[in-house]
Amino acid sequence: MRGALPLAFGFALAVALQIAIGPIAGPFAVKLLMDIGINVILAVSLNLVNGFTGQFSIGHAGFMAVGGYVAGAITYYGSFLFWGSPQVQPGWLSGGDLLFVGGCLAGALVAAFTGYLVGLPSLRLRGDYLAIVTLGFGEILRVMLQRTTDVLTSVDEVRKASFGTLATSLGGSLGFSGIPYYTDLFWVYLFVTITVVVALHLKFSSLGRAFLSIRENEIAAEAVGINTTKLKVRAFVLAAAFAGIAGGLFAHEVGTSLNPRELGFQKSFDIVIMVVLGGMGSVSGAILAAIVLTLLPEALRGFSEFRMPIYALALILMMILRPQGILGLKEIWELPWFARRKAGKAEAPR
Amino acid sequence: MDGVAVGSLYALIALGYTMVYGTLQFINFAHSDIFVLGAWVSYTIAVGLGYALAGTQPPLYAGVLILVAAMATCGAVGFTVERLAYRPLRKAPRLNVLITAIGVSLFLQNVGQLKWFFGTQPQRMPSLIEDTILARFAGVQVHLVDLAAAGIALALMLVLDWLIFRTRLGRAMRAVSHDTSVAALMGINVDAVISFTFVLGSSLAAAAGFLYAMKYPGLNQPAHATWVLLGLKAFVAAVIGGIGNIRGAMLGGILIGFIEMFGAAYLSPHLRDIYVFSILILVLLVRPSGVLGQAVAEKV
Repeated sequence: MRGALPLAFGFALAVALQIAIGPIAGPFAVKLLMDIGINVILAVSLNLVNGFTGQFSIGHAGFMAVGGYVAGAITYYGSFLFWGSPQVQPGWLSGGDLLFVGGCLAGALVAAFTGYLVGLPSLRLRGDYLAIVTLGFGEILRVMLQRTTDVLTSVDEVRKASFGTLATSLGGSLGFSGIPYYTDLFWVYLFVTITVVVALHLKFSSLGRAFLSIRENEIAAEAVGINTTKLKVRAFVLAAAFAGIAGGLFAHEVGTSLNPRELGFQKSFDIVIMVVLGGMGSVSGAILAAIVLTLLPEALRGFSEFRMPIYALALILMMILRPQGILGLKEIWELPWFARRKAGKAEAPR
Repeated sequence: MDGVAVGSLYALIALGYTMVYGTLQFINFAHSDIFVLGAWVSYTIAVGLGYALAGTQPPLYAGVLILVAAMATCGAVGFTVERLAYRPLRKAPRLNVLITAIGVSLFLQNVGQLKWFFGTQPQRMPSLIEDTILARFAGVQVHLVDLAAAGIALALMLVLDWLIFRTRLGRAMRAVSHDTSVAALMGINVDAVISFTFVLGSSLAAAAGFLYAMKYPGLNQPAHATWVLLGLKAFVAAVIGGIGNIRGAMLGGILIGFIEMFGAAYLSPHLRDIYVFSILILVLLVRPSGVLGQAVAEKV
């Protein structure tokens, strides 16, 4: 269990953030920290597909939307059925908290299944088809979510409604409002830790190496006996599941609105840009890029209309000047500067 | 009739996708934005010439003038994009070119939204020809706009077909798409041919943009999702016809137009985007090389 130590560390970090940092920093900083955490989950999980496997998905926000709507519907309507109102049930690990986490996991499952359906036909073919199919998936999902009816707002309505009615009363183009705010620093950073640990372990495992071989040369990978389609689908489904969790966290966050437009292709491109700039295949690069690109718009509020043109230019210039991203495949601790310091000390045996 | 008009517009856009894919083997994501640019440039010129005022019926040559101007502008933009963004990546892995294409697409969309260009407000294209119903038979109304759009699109496609299959330049284009390095050995200026392909594809997209603005005068802002969906459908048309295949793209475009219109009329109008998308999935599952395409095994 090499993963136990980092997981324990992440758990401690999440608790510390929640108990010590959260109250001091104030609501605005907490909200920023949660945004950063959610973006880290999204960037690191998309990196599994776009970075490790070398495929190109541009519909990550679609899976986020799937997870968000499933989790949101479960907590919102579940709260009605259990407690008669969608108020937050107070207390740590209260019934509401458990319902919320269960909803997030269910959202992840549904997102993973959707990922399987979307990925299977397109991943059999060459990489560029996936880009088109995922873009199409995101747009179709948006159209379908905009067709849903208004959210039910009273106990009697919810009790009487059938499952089908509940599943299609998701607020339409106005968005799903009234979801209780369960997301806090603890849950966000717990899931961030899980995502990062899984991604890092994957990268240095034989499965991850197989992913990387597909990215380097698909034909050669196939020639040495790697079932490329199966592995591509596996990476894609895993990424979709994490995006679903991120969507669930996003849906229950204070000050966000879960609506189809918010999770459209603009959001997908934001995540793609994080992965490409941070370094395709670098977990720490994706984390860094997610942090910087979440804080940057806050710092440059006055120039918001120039944000997208500048991102787009950065993307083009990056491809021409340094196509592997700032960090490339390397992790931060593998950079020359860190490596030299490490070499000074004796390498601890594993 | 709607199906024919819309289908021929899809075909015009699909031609650009398929020509670039044929020569460079990558999906030019920025192509749909060239189409949007064509629509907006047409609008800007039409308003600039003063046809926006109610009651002024512009002369017939105005439409032709605007069409040519939009095609020239977009041809120039297409040339510039290829020169600055794609040419430095000629030997780079395909994924990098794809990311660049998405970057160019985002750039065109969002620069178009800046206030010095087209702004973020939807606008209304002034009508350049009167909307009259020419004939009706069996409950089908033939609008002049539809007929003009389909006619111009078909004429452009015939010109393109002649250009590619009957001229020296066309032969060079086909040679480059067949095998770039051998074509270079035979003394073909590959870079010039690729530039020309982009100019050609972009001006066809501009024509489609102009005709689209004529048919549906409500223009959304350049980064609006409807444009993305339109570009996506045109790409699906190219895939259905067999990507890289010129005549396949024309066929695919018309086919998509019909599927969309009949689906909307007989099944449900709200789900029209979903039909096209399910067709794409179906084609990818059953016959990824498209109706007219040939299956090519990828070689080392």
